[in-house]
Amino acid sequence: MPQTSELVDINATIAYMADELRPRLAQHPIMIGIHTGGVWIAERLHALLALSEPLGTLDISFYRDDFTRVGVNPTVKTSNLPVSVEDRHVILVDDVLHTGRTIRAALNEIFDYGRPASVTLAVLIHRDGRELPVEAQVAGHHVKLKKNQHIKLLGPEPLTLEIQEAHT
Amino acid sequence: MRRDDLQFDSHGRLRHLLTIEGIPRQTLLDILNTAESFISVGEREIKKVPLLRGKTVVNLFFESSTRTRTTFEIAAKRLSADVINLNPSASSTSKGETLLDTVRNLEAMHTELFVVRHRESGAAHLIAAHVPEHVHIVNAGDGRHAHPTQALLDLFTIRRHKGPIENLKVAIVGDILHSRVARSEIHALTTLGAAEVRVIAPKTLLPTAVEKLGVHAYTDMREGLNGVDVVIMLRLQRERMTGALISSEQEYFNLYGLTQEKLGLAKPDAIVMHPGPMNRGLDIDSAVADGPQSVILPQVTYGIAVRMAIMALIMGGAPQTENAPAGGRRA
Repeated sequence: MPQTSELVDINATIAYMADELRPRLAQHPIMIGIHTGGVWIAERLHALLALSEPLGTLDISFYRDDFTRVGVNPTVKTSNLPVSVEDRHVILVDDVLHTGRTIRAALNEIFDYGRPASVTLAVLIHRDGRELPVEAQVAGHHVKLKKNQHIKLLGPEPLTLEIQEAHT
Repeated sequence: MRRDDLQFDSHGRLRHLLTIEGIPRQTLLDILNTAESFISVGEREIKKVPLLRGKTVVNLFFESSTRTRTTFEIAAKRLSADVINLNPSASSTSKGETLLDTVRNLEAMHTELFVVRHRESGAAHLIAAHVPEHVHIVNAGDGRHAHPTQALLDLFTIRRHKGPIENLKVAIVGDILHSRVARSEIHALTTLGAAEVRVIAPKTLLPTAVEKLGVHAYTDMREGLNGVDVVIMLRLQRERMTGALISSEQEYFNLYGLTQEKLGLAKPDAIVMHPGPMNRGLDIDSAVADGPQSVILPQVTYGIAVRMAIMALIMGGAPQTENAPAGGRRA
């Protein structure tokens, strides 16, 4: 049975993430959110940090490493990077950092648009289970979950977290 | 969905694209929606995504083509596949090798997707019926039968420029009899529920009982164009004509060629399409082909994204739906 997590105050966590990111504003970063949950978090961070350039969005469906097993999801969204990433400092935002595979795919996609000066990863939830050497520079909340558990962000309004248990 | 249909695997997933017939509305919409996302790939600095990396696509064109073959090649390359172009009429088949022998030899080279164009109706079906499970076939035109990718790119073009198909009246004009494009377009438009589909042609170029396909037939072009949102012009296929089906080219152009004056009978914001190659001054007047209502060149551009979507969907490994167990994006 899915259970709602009431342990995390999402708004306070996003505010904390914004505080952690604020020192980087001197580099005039651009922000990119990963569909779908990452975009919801990025929209809030973008507003809190009052970034002047528009938010970019990424759908990494075409970069997934399990395409031959799961195929293309026809509801794939369009990636939209309105500002060139070339030589820019990029803040990449996602909802949950788990295996690291989404971030690997997102980095590949970003590099197909250009060569950023740097990429900083900011995530709302930092959980265990990494399968790749990927780490977040800014993590809102750390959780440890069982292997068959998934934490999912629901939204966009209001944002809530749900822990789902896969049936075996 | 017909489970015995060659186009679907045992889970009801599209594994070949041979004809629009028998493909459910939702699958057609999935292809169009996926193509929408591939449009942006063509607009960026590096126009490539890694979906078909390590796969080999063979363009097997027994009949000549420039636009279709090139857009398939670009589409496959933008998906990171390796592409081989073959024009077998010039090689083995002229030495007596059969169609299936040619395909079996190419399969033995571990290729995964064949894009087939052939002068005979049913050629792509024949190949699809004989390939192993991991090999996929896309029909790029077989005789007079079907040209499903052209129909899908035409639908994509219509949707992009005119919005939902359900609200639109579409006229297809010209050599309906010899046109695999027209047949596939009619099936696609009726499956997606177009408000009205009309075909306009001289009696000699209309298939018998064409109304059974769910269209209204007109022999008077002016009457047929009245109030339509979309005008699709077809090429007069002189190479497929066996008898005197038109009296003279000049008369054909006078009666069925699209001029600005005739286009004036359609809705003022109607769009003009043509699958190419155009016979200027025969199917269509140059002023219309190059005019503000023409979307003939955007059709070519969209053809790449639509063919990318088709190849990605049929070569993907599992259920192509939102609710697929592992289909959701997961960190």
